[in-house]
Amino acid sequence: MSYIQNVYPILSRDAIARDVFDFVVHCPEMASQAQPGQFVHIRAAGHTLRRPISICEIDREKGTLRLVFEVRGSGTEMLSMLPAGGLMDLLGPLGNGFTMLPADRSAIVVGGGIGTPPLLEVAKHYAENGTAILGFRDAAHVILDEDFDACGCDLRLATDDGSRGHHGFVTDLLRQRLAEGNADIIYACGPKGMLQAVAALAEEFGVRCELSLEERMACGVGACLGCATPIRTPDGGMTYKHVCKDGPVFDAKEVIF
Amino acid sequence: MANLKVNVAGVEFKNPVITASGCYGFGQEYEKMYPLSKLGGICLKGTTYNEKLGNPPPRIAETPAGMLNSVGLQNPGVKHLLEEDLPYLLDKGTVLIANAAGSTPDDYRMLVEELDKSPIDMIELNISCPNVKSGGLTFGASCEDAAAMVRLIRKATTKPLMVKLTPNVTDIVSIAKAVEAEGADAISLINTLVGMRIDIESRRPVLHQNTGGLSGPAVFPVALAMVWKVASAVKIPVVGLGGIEKWQDAIEMMLAGARAIEIGTALFYDPYAPLKIIDGINEWLDREGIADINEIVGTVRPW
Repeated sequence: MSYIQNVYPILSRDAIARDVFDFVVHCPEMASQAQPGQFVHIRAAGHTLRRPISICEIDREKGTLRLVFEVRGSGTEMLSMLPAGGLMDLLGPLGNGFTMLPADRSAIVVGGGIGTPPLLEVAKHYAENGTAILGFRDAAHVILDEDFDACGCDLRLATDDGSRGHHGFVTDLLRQRLAEGNADIIYACGPKGMLQAVAALAEEFGVRCELSLEERMACGVGACLGCATPIRTPDGGMTYKHVCKDGPVFDAKEVIF
Repeated sequence: MANLKVNVAGVEFKNPVITASGCYGFGQEYEKMYPLSKLGGICLKGTTYNEKLGNPPPRIAETPAGMLNSVGLQNPGVKHLLEEDLPYLLDKGTVLIANAAGSTPDDYRMLVEELDKSPIDMIELNISCPNVKSGGLTFGASCEDAAAMVRLIRKATTKPLMVKLTPNVTDIVSIAKAVEAEGADAISLINTLVGMRIDIESRRPVLHQNTGGLSGPAVFPVALAMVWKVASAVKIPVVGLGGIEKWQDAIEMMLAGARAIEIGTALFYDPYAPLKIIDGINEWLDREGIADINEIVGTVRPW
């Protein structure tokens, strides 16, 4: 596998919720390599650090990647203003993606807010054998629900204020779903607190679980060691692994919160 | 095509562009983009005698035209370097420079004794890391400490010894002269400048270590001034680094007196920066009708 850095045409740009943008970029050589759960590192003009953005959808036939991200600061704001027809400077595909089991296995994806995009490609793989549990602040912040619904999975929504779906946390819905039995693997991406709760439930029900983590990142390829995250070693000790190269996906059992 | 070969402390580099320590790992990652043989040299990740875990995250903060880091010398230790990383790199066709760090003089000595027995081409003595609790820049912050460290290390190796200086001092020229007097073969500068950012919501520093090292284009003018002053004051070769992002910066550094240059932070936004800089230098030399890069070193005409 090689890393590719190049500028690619932006085919479309949409605002899909408050401060959340949806880009489709034509980058065939990157799309042909990309795996669910990997990310691309996007150059933001006038900024020293690229912005790591998870890959939402991979279309190998069209040679496109779909990237959905939230404006969190000046860098992502800069990226959000790139126009359709313009160019995006990508480095990727980076990191290790999710472990994909055969599609006839039963999988649960758990996404919190802007943590949901990398789970869409996973949900597509499992189709009707998947359950998608997605949580958002309120109805106005719900994203990608139609895409998850379209891939055939059992979609269960939660919002903090109850304006859409279950009034409460995704972990309430996950407990419910796990109690129904028949789950081979859980994939989760979202805020640290949510990931910790998901990992605890996976442990309680004895279900394999993979988490996608975030950390402030510089090189994106494993050279600078900036994006360290504490990881449990087999002997019970602690070490720092790096979200960009060792992750962003880690086995929930090895993540130290 | 002009001659790009430079010689630093008896070591020949095919071109003056070296990747800076801590920004290029042990080369494997960037080799997934281009052959390492294109580089003049690689300063390998700062290595200590024993494995070092590094600092808790966050280790990175962005700043205007730059960034702060507080990685804290995370590295697998010299044994791993010599047994795993170095053998892989030996036939890559580029100069390999070990960056040696430690927390006590004994750490440094034991490490350098190991490096001395290895096929490494050169040692860059890191007495300038701002991100470790003990050692690091404390050994490079005064003439006496820097001189004592170089005296100790000089006895431990016959390899070409380059001393990397910190800019976090009152008078970097006197420190450069002190390490030259103790037998350093070359000097590289600058390491990062101590800096800080605070998250105003949490009222906590962005970096877990509170402060970190500032790098990137923001520090280039500081680095250039220091390289110029040091190169004017010492006889040993100087390698310039600090915020170089394009070939024009590299030319400026060399006009200021740098025999070679190191590229660090620019790699993070443009992994191909070293190659673009090599091409840019080459084309500029041709345009200027200069046959040899060495002809420009130190030829700035100060007012």
